[in-house]
Amino acid sequence: MKSSVLKTTMLPAVSHQVNAPSRAVKASLLTVGLMAAGIFSASATAADLEISVVNLTHGNHFTPIFIAAHDADSHLFEVGGTATPALQKMAEGGDIADLDAAVMGAGGFTVTNPAMGLLAPGATVNEVMLDSMDMTHLSIVAMVLPTNDAFIGLDGWEIPTEAGSYTVYLNAYDAGTEANDEIVNGGGMSGVPGIPAAPGGDAGMNGTGVMDGSVNSYVHIHPGVLGDTDAAGGASDLDSRIHRWLNPVAKVVVTVK
Amino acid sequence: MRYLTNTSKKHSQKYNHKHSLTAAALIAVIGLTGCSDDDDDSPAPEPVTPTTPVAVMQTYTVTVTNLTANQPMSPIAIASHSADVMLWQAGEAANVALEKIAEGGDAADVAAIEGVNSTVSGAGILMPGMSETITVTLDEADVANLTVATMLVNTNDAFTGLNSYDITMLAVDESVSMRGMVYDAGTEANSEAKGTMPGPADGGEGYNSERDDVDFVHIHPGVITMYDGLMDSVLTPSHRFDNPAVAISISRTE
Repeated sequence: MKSSVLKTTMLPAVSHQVNAPSRAVKASLLTVGLMAAGIFSASATAADLEISVVNLTHGNHFTPIFIAAHDADSHLFEVGGTATPALQKMAEGGDIADLDAAVMGAGGFTVTNPAMGLLAPGATVNEVMLDSMDMTHLSIVAMVLPTNDAFIGLDGWEIPTEAGSYTVYLNAYDAGTEANDEIVNGGGMSGVPGIPAAPGGDAGMNGTGVMDGSVNSYVHIHPGVLGDTDAAGGASDLDSRIHRWLNPVAKVVVTVK
Repeated sequence: MRYLTNTSKKHSQKYNHKHSLTAAALIAVIGLTGCSDDDDDSPAPEPVTPTTPVAVMQTYTVTVTNLTANQPMSPIAIASHSADVMLWQAGEAANVALEKIAEGGDAADVAAIEGVNSTVSGAGILMPGMSETITVTLDEADVANLTVATMLVNTNDAFTGLNSYDITMLAVDESVSMRGMVYDAGTEANSEAKGTMPGPADGGEGYNSERDDVDFVHIHPGVITMYDGLMDSVLTPSHRFDNPAVAISISRTE
């Protein structure tokens, strides 16, 4: 329960190809299996989802967004739980490949990088299509840049069965895996201190490093960045006038067709 | 902060994506409306009386509470309008009517927005911790969406409120309660400097047509203050705020 590894499906083994046609085949096999087992629920039919994400921050980018439809027991992250290595990779370096593999391996359906790169402050990615098939819950994550290990997070939101548009606001979470030293040094690999990049080109340099004193190594609400106004020094390489935020940091609209 | 994440399937079905405060509304409403969306027991249709049409009025009361520590709010502006009007859109540039509210607390331009059928203003500045109840009476034909907006006056261009909220589902004696977050109009740099903010912390300038910030509406990053490294700031720690900054409840009384 605590570690949020996606559980492997207990359904009969089927091939987990990445392309859509085989997904559809797999899903129908899966559906047949469920119906044969007599546990198919009429309300759990496929849902065509159209999703948009707005970056609500003043001056932070989002790395490639990861959207996943999965079952009720799966999580990309859980508040109060330890980040998985896959989540850590995303939160510290923006790499969503392992999260995608985990969800696909568990029979889920995903959209990777719908904005085709970074989502700038104030920018929106629209018309992201996802057929959730028999999957009942939706999760969304992306790293917030420039930070050490902040990410936007939607954890296991139950997909409504009634058609309509639903708005959800996302908080910024701290993966709890890296100290928030606020030094932009290219450090994006898991376990490597520092921030990989400031995409806006608006970070300073030669910061001495923020000693934030956090003892929470579990996923938690991010305390926000400190920053300073000294681009050539100070404690932080971040700019307090540009890189701070208050929650929420993203607006998600899910339209159930 | 759970108002930020919508986990309510039951109540979310009635709202559409234009409502920026939907998530807030959904959580806040849970304890208040009970089974209000159960429409099985709706009353029988009124008999049709073939007389000359008379304007049928509906009355709503809007109660706004300032939840901040030290951010007086400019006179509460309420607008009634058609469902397609949005006073602001996160991620989009602010219109001038909104810019005037956010920079100077002046809502005079809202009435001229196409689709707005009436506007009401609060009696004056709404101080921290205070509540004000404003009555809105509308011709039944005009009942659609409500917008509430107000400036946090000890800031450059922070505002809060409720964006295009659908009131048509409110029956008589029903009410909804929501919390509002603080937006940054993106039209004026958050310098916090002397002479740039109209509130009592500064007594400076309100609206200025120049746009020297990011020029899109977003969630306000908060104020920094002189105590947290912004040397030119005239703000002090009590001017900081977090979300939510305002509580808004709407009741239909007739």
